[in-house]
This record gives sequence, structure tokens and C-alpha cells, in this order.
Amino acid sequence: MAGTAVRGRLTWQVATVDEVREETASVRTIALSVPDWAGHKAGQHLDVRLTAEDGYTAERSYSIASAPGEPLAITVERLDDGEVSPYLTEELRAGDEIEIRGPIGGYFVWTGDNAATPLLLVAGGSGVVPFRSMLRHRHNLGSEAPIRLLYSARSLPDVIYRRELERADAGVAIIYTLTRQQPPGWTGHAGRLDRRLLTEAAWPAEQDPLIFVCGPTPFVEAVASGLTELGYPARRIKTERFGGAEAP
Amino acid sequence: MSPISRGFRGRRSESPADTARTPPGQYLTSDFPVLSAGPTPHTPLRDWTFSIQQAGTDLRTWTWQELLELPAEEITADIHCVTRWSKLDTRWRAVPIDTLLAHVDHQARFALAFCDGGYTTNVPLADLTGGQAWVAYEYDGRPLAPEHGGPARLLVPHLYFWKSAKWVRGLDLLAADEPGFWERYGYHNYGDPWREQRYAGD
Repeated sequence: MAGTAVRGRLTWQVATVDEVREETASVRTIALSVPDWAGHKAGQHLDVRLTAEDGYTAERSYSIASAPGEPLAITVERLDDGEVSPYLTEELRAGDEIEIRGPIGGYFVWTGDNAATPLLLVAGGSGVVPFRSMLRHRHNLGSEAPIRLLYSARSLPDVIYRRELERADAGVAIIYTLTRQQPPGWTGHAGRLDRRLLTEAAWPAEQDPLIFVCGPTPFVEAVASGLTELGYPARRIKTERFGGAEAP
Repeated sequence: MSPISRGFRGRRSESPADTARTPPGQYLTSDFPVLSAGPTPHTPLRDWTFSIQQAGTDLRTWTWQELLELPAEEITADIHCVTRWSKLDTRWRAVPIDTLLAHVDHQARFALAFCDGGYTTNVPLADLTGGQAWVAYEYDGRPLAPEHGGPARLLVPHLYFWKSAKWVRGLDLLAADEPGFWERYGYHNYGDPWREQRYAGD
């Protein structure tokens, strides 16, 4: 379990918003310019701090959406009862400044070092964000690591990075399941990501895939339990859950 | 000096008393969010034990039934997760670590908690003793749910909640401090929420 630690102190720094791009009705990708970014690994996150006029502050963590070496970007989903995400998705615009620090987390990461190991990425909703970083990293590296992304979204318009995912490289398979609404003529999967779909879409256990699962807590609980019941060893399954009053 | 986030007002707590109990950078939630690095383990209670070890060797082991027979306390505590949620007045039924340590002879100053699923976390013994830490097996009057660390988790409420290791199976008593799972991935070695010790160097 030994990992690469984040070394030294993570200091807050002021980032300038370069662009706020609409991904879906409730999701924005925020491109940031940072004076001093030490670099990150695909799968890591960063902290955002907002300060109100009277000095009140609020902090949250967000997954990094850009690949290592690319200009820094985060993707944020608006949560109706959220404190920070409505501001980031609705108020923030190019030229604004926010404070950030990072990168954070060294476990839920893919470095691309081992191209022989198949990767299974299982995303629920905005849980796809760290996987976008991994897929872009694979592309930038010219890696041939076989990757399957199983992506559960409410409907096709709720799919984040849809156009980018449609252009996925050879060796990358994107498998959607739409849980609430399917467009006319939809031939893909519908309904929850259940055991049957995991059985069908996951790599055979003999290939010893490395598995990442990211999404809301009930989604991750169900998928991770389903995978262990199907015989994938727990040590090969890395999870990142969000949930609660406001998810990261 | 932090720049003002134009148009950001934030959502303040309505109660000054609650605000005073919320460490810097945290927000209050009434939910009980779940965070773990891997799948939720399900160890049958007949196979479950809790061990106090010294440098990897068992000094004393309790079965599930033996743990339940130890004197337990009803604890009400505020908990603070490094991902920024805090939850006030959580209620637990738990065996004090002091009670468990009274059964062993040791001179250790540090402990590494170990768990089903391979998770570990390090806590100085001074923070596990003196009525500050427990092995908890009930939450809010009910058996602790697996996703929240059941059948039993460590409860060290004065430190960030990752120190309150889920699915705990024992403590390894050590002469020298040894970083646990998240501590090796850049999280703070001690984790005091009131000093906002989230990451190494904080």
C-alpha cells in the first residue's frame, strides 16, 4: 500500500479563471491559470476556497478534470442545496479569481506506468471527472493500456464530456447506461448499473484489471460490492465516494 | 490576503453555538456521508476479533462476544471529516480504549490501528487514552452499519474522522510512530481539526 506522498506544504494560491465551459445544464468545466502548479496525477483533486466580503470562507474539494501537464481544470456539478457549487457553476466567470491548493490524494490515481494492465473505470454521474483526466493522460502518453469506462448517467443530456468521449482512442471502450431517460432509438443500456451489466462489461477477473469506481455513495457501494461478489479482489478496487449535504 | 469572491455570500449557520463547535474550513451536515478507499468488507461476526498487538505480536485478543461483554459507554461527540463535513452530537455505544489497554502490559507511545480491507491509521497513545477514544459498535442506538465501519470502528472524535478507522480489528502498539494509509498519501500525521491539520505540512 506504499504510495507517493504529497511532499511539503500545500499552500493556498490565487488562480485566475480562464474559461467557464458548459458541459451539461448543471455542470461546468472551469479552466484555471495558476502561477505555481507543481503538477498532478490523473485522479487527484484540489481544494477551492471562496471568501465573502465580510471574510467568511467556504472550502470544498473537486476532482481535477485535466490530464497531467495540461492547463489546470476542474469540473463542477451544481448541487441545489450546495453552498459552493452554485457559485462556481452560475456566478463565476472568466477573469475572476479563486483560491486553490493541491494536488491532493495519491491513492485514487493512474500513472499510466503499466500499459499491460486493463483498467475498468466505473462512473456514476459527475464521478466521471477523474476518469476524464485518466483518459486524456492515456491519450497524451500514447499509452495502449486497454480501458473500459462504464458510465451511468441519468439521461444522454446529463452525460458530461460527451463529444470528447465519442472521440475516444482505439483501445478505449465507453459503455453508457442511462438510468432515467433514454432517447428514442437508444440501443445502449438502460437502468441501473447492476450485476448483469458488470458481468457483461467488466474485464474477466483472470485479467486482473485495476478498477476505479467514483460516484455518489450508494452507487459506489453497490458497484464495489457487486464487483467483489463477482470475484474481483478488494485490493484491486479503488473507490472515491461523494455524498452528504453537499458532495465535493 | 484572500481575494474576495465577487458575489459570494455563503451559507452561515443560524446558530452561533453550532458555529462555535465547527472547526475552521468545516460545514455542518445532518447526513452521515461515507468515504472509504475501497469496497466495504463484510467479516462474519463469528470470525471477528479485536487484538492488541505489540510490534505485530498479539498481546490480547477478544472475540465479538467478549467485546460486547466488556463495560461500554454511551458517547455523544462531534465528528469532523477532512472532506469538510462536521456532524454534531453523534451518539455511540463503545468500549473505551483505556479498558482494553488495562488488559496488557506495554511501554508503547504510538499505535497503528489495523482494519479489514488493509486500512491503517496511526494515533499517539496519549490520544487514545484518558477517555478520548473508543471501539464503537452502535451508532444512534443501532448496530453500526457496514458502510459506516460496522461491526466496529475506532472512535477518536477529537481528531479528523479518518483516524476513527472503520472495520477496525486491532491496535498495534509501537515504540516509534509509523504513518498509516492516508498519512502516507499526504494527509497530516496528527490531524487536529481545530488547527486544520488536513495535509502534511499544515
